[in-house]
Amino acid sequence: MGDIRLIEVKEEILADNIKVAAGVRERLQKAKTMLLNLMSSPGSGKTSLILRTVEGLKGSLRLGVIEADIDSTVDAEKVAARGIPAIQLRTGGFCHLDATMVTQGIDAMAVNEFDLVIIENVGNLVCPAEFDTGAHKNVMILSVPEGDDKPFKYPLMFSICDLLLVNKIDYLSLSDFDMAALRGRVLALNPRITILEVSCKTGAGIEGWIDWLKAEVAAFKGLK
Amino acid sequence: MARAGACDQIVNKGDEGKDISMHELPITESILKIVLKHAKMNSARKVMAIHLQVGKLSDLEDDWIQRYFDYLSKGTLAEGAMLKIERTPIMVQCNACSTSYKAEMARMGDLVCPACGEKDGTLLSGREYYIKEMEVQ
Ligand SMILES: Nc1nc2c(ncn2[C@@H]2O[C@H](COP(=O)(O)OP(=O)(O)O)[C@@H](O)[C@H]2O)c(=O)[nH]1
Ligand SMILES: [Mg+2]
Ligand SMILES: [Zn+2]
Repeated sequence: MGDIRLIEVKEEILADNIKVAAGVRERLQKAKTMLLNLMSSPGSGKTSLILRTVEGLKGSLRLGVIEADIDSTVDAEKVAARGIPAIQLRTGGFCHLDATMVTQGIDAMAVNEFDLVIIENVGNLVCPAEFDTGAHKNVMILSVPEGDDKPFKYPLMFSICDLLLVNKIDYLSLSDFDMAALRGRVLALNPRITILEVSCKTGAGIEGWIDWLKAEVAAFKGLK
Repeated sequence: MARAGACDQIVNKGDEGKDISMHELPITESILKIVLKHAKMNSARKVMAIHLQVGKLSDLEDDWIQRYFDYLSKGTLAEGAMLKIERTPIMVQCNACSTSYKAEMARMGDLVCPACGEKDGTLLSGREYYIKEMEVQ
């Protein structure tokens, strides 16, 4: 048995991803295309929200979608069926998107032709929070049936997002979900976050989301 | 056919019905890759221990990183290596006077600069996954 030596490593594990993400952000900044990373648990309403967004933005912003649903191409097809360019990424069973995978999506679309590209990230609240996709804005959905205690379980996700959409508010009357408590918990983790309440089913609150999007894209393009 | 994600493949119910997560797997793969690279560069025969610094903002669990490491490193130079994980503090820099100070995860919402009282700050550290050094033979 030899002696034990100490070797200096000094490497940031996420360094590669951080670098690629910064490159994506810069490239899209030049193209004046805002990239938005949409995250949530499976079934919270990401695809439903994108379909609502397609409707709500009709005639105002040019929208593209990058789909990373691990199940199938169903989501990209649903979006494409509405006449919106959608790219399906094969995440190879991964539980999150990283910036390299996003680069593949962007390479496959003519980014200059869009004002806004939305990524539907893989459904989970842990890994997507750790991996920067290169997006300019991070948005998460929490749906009412998931409960108001999620900020305790997934604090990092709530900390990194610019906007929280509380979806499925049509369920509020059927549950003991405490909206005021949720707001308090989320703002304690992230005071800069905007919180909007919506229902992709009834359409309640969707206008507020569309207004937020338009204002953010305008600010991004330096029009405001 | 639905295909399970890496996170979900081994998601089982634990003893108390608590979800066992796979979320530590991608990070652990990256750790192993970097460790083996440095082991080779330094002509090591065996990796005994790895000193990691993980920011306190990370939701990943130390135990699971070790378990996945044990699993992934089988048959490599790093098999059996101990991960010594140090949780590094969340550091914030004041946006007004540039003082840096320590913050707590649960209180990220009401940051106050101890020097000037300013509430706005920029995160300096707390999200890192840093391999500091390793012990090899
Ligand atoms: N009641 C109700 N159901 C919704 C709402 N939004 C989405 N859903 C339903 O929730 C399910 C999952 O939605 P989906 O958009 O596929 O979620 P994703 O996995 O996050 O993309 C679907 O059956 C939707 O119809 C809502 O606001 N209210
Ligand atoms: Mg979906
Ligand atoms: Zn200060």
